[in-house]
Amino acid sequence: MEIKVLGPGCAKCKKTEQLVQEVIKETGVEATIEKVSDMMQIASYGVFGTPSVIVDGEVKCTGKVPKKDDIKKWLGK
Amino acid sequence: MELKTNQPMQDGGKINKMMALNLLMGAAGIYLWWTIYRVLPDLSSWLTYSLLPIQEGSHLGSSVEFFLYDTPKVMMLLFIVVFGVGIIRSFFTPEKTRAFLSGKSEFAGNILAALLGIITPFCSCSAVPLFIGFVTTGVPLGVTFSFLIAAPMVNEIALGLLYGLLGWKVAAIYMGTGIFIAISAGWVIGRLKMEDQIEDWVTQTNAAAINMEEEKLSWNDRIVYGWDAVKEIIGKVWIYVILGIAVGAGIHGFVPEGVMASIMGKGSWWSVPLSVIIGIPMYSNAAGIIPIVEALLGKGAALGTVLAFMMSVIALSLPEMVILRKVLKPKLIAVFIGVVGCGILFVGYLFNMII
Repeated sequence: MEIKVLGPGCAKCKKTEQLVQEVIKETGVEATIEKVSDMMQIASYGVFGTPSVIVDGEVKCTGKVPKKDDIKKWLGK
Repeated sequence: MELKTNQPMQDGGKINKMMALNLLMGAAGIYLWWTIYRVLPDLSSWLTYSLLPIQEGSHLGSSVEFFLYDTPKVMMLLFIVVFGVGIIRSFFTPEKTRAFLSGKSEFAGNILAALLGIITPFCSCSAVPLFIGFVTTGVPLGVTFSFLIAAPMVNEIALGLLYGLLGWKVAAIYMGTGIFIAISAGWVIGRLKMEDQIEDWVTQTNAAAINMEEEKLSWNDRIVYGWDAVKEIIGKVWIYVILGIAVGAGIHGFVPEGVMASIMGKGSWWSVPLSVIIGIPMYSNAAGIIPIVEALLGKGAALGTVLAFMMSVIALSLPEMVILRKVLKPKLIAVFIGVVGCGILFVGYLFNMII
């Protein structure tokens, strides 16, 4: 699975990345995390707010720190 | 109840019980809040003069009483306002706002954008993706600016603090003039036809339209949303509030009456532009600046001058310019600062004249 966390590097974005990492560790899902902080790239996903989480090319959430349970759902756990 | 329709039938009874419990707790909470709020003045003077060995009428006493009264009062008001605005915001998302503004005519679009700027949840760190999302999907440039100006300027923190420290009239004036500046500055920028002053890569971005399923929120979710907003915002600003009130308390107790009248008073015409210029590089949020502003007013500073200073600090900030520079060419940034600055000047002079 390919997970991307979009965000320029504010506190919320870091928190989101950390949560995704925790969930991956806890559930043992095989996934790669990529932090995208380049504005051009973020914009190309068509999201309006950061942090955003993208799983296998699909936008899962924008503009807020997701809840752990939601992340688990996106990863199919 | 709306909540019930969103839930499967068998849960209805349980949900209703939970809802009733929440309502009961809410009512008890409001009663407790109100009771504490009412005794704050007496409590603070009792703490200052009876519990602490401070003489009544002294400079120190005046400062300490100011601090002990304003800190809990402001925190309590922030709590209520942030919670309330949080619940309102749970009905809006930047995506919905964009869909709503796209294709709107200029003038009506500016008004709507300024109003939506207040209630759409949006953090300044996502100003760039939001800007791109707006302008590439048919929201006029000027309308986008109305949104971007209103969003930081008229915010729940400023309203809560102004209401608490300076009363509802000043809060309403601030809100009204803030919206007015956002509408008119956005409209002017739109009239100037500066679309070519957006960085080229922005218009070349084909921001893919995303179809995210919309979340259905129950009332319970919205209350949680408001509560999260309280935790997040108060967790972030409490230190500024306390520092701001401490500085304000110092001014209140030790600076002689009327000393501000000569510097920030009505008489000196240059005080308004000077306040705006000093305000631009100052980057403070409303939480830190308003308690100081209150103390300055008490020492003879004019309301218009103080409003101009406050708006300049909050709405025109260097860090935001640096972020926006990624999508705007320098000329448009300069126009943005110029137009908003003129709006603030106008408000400053207007209130010095009429009040």
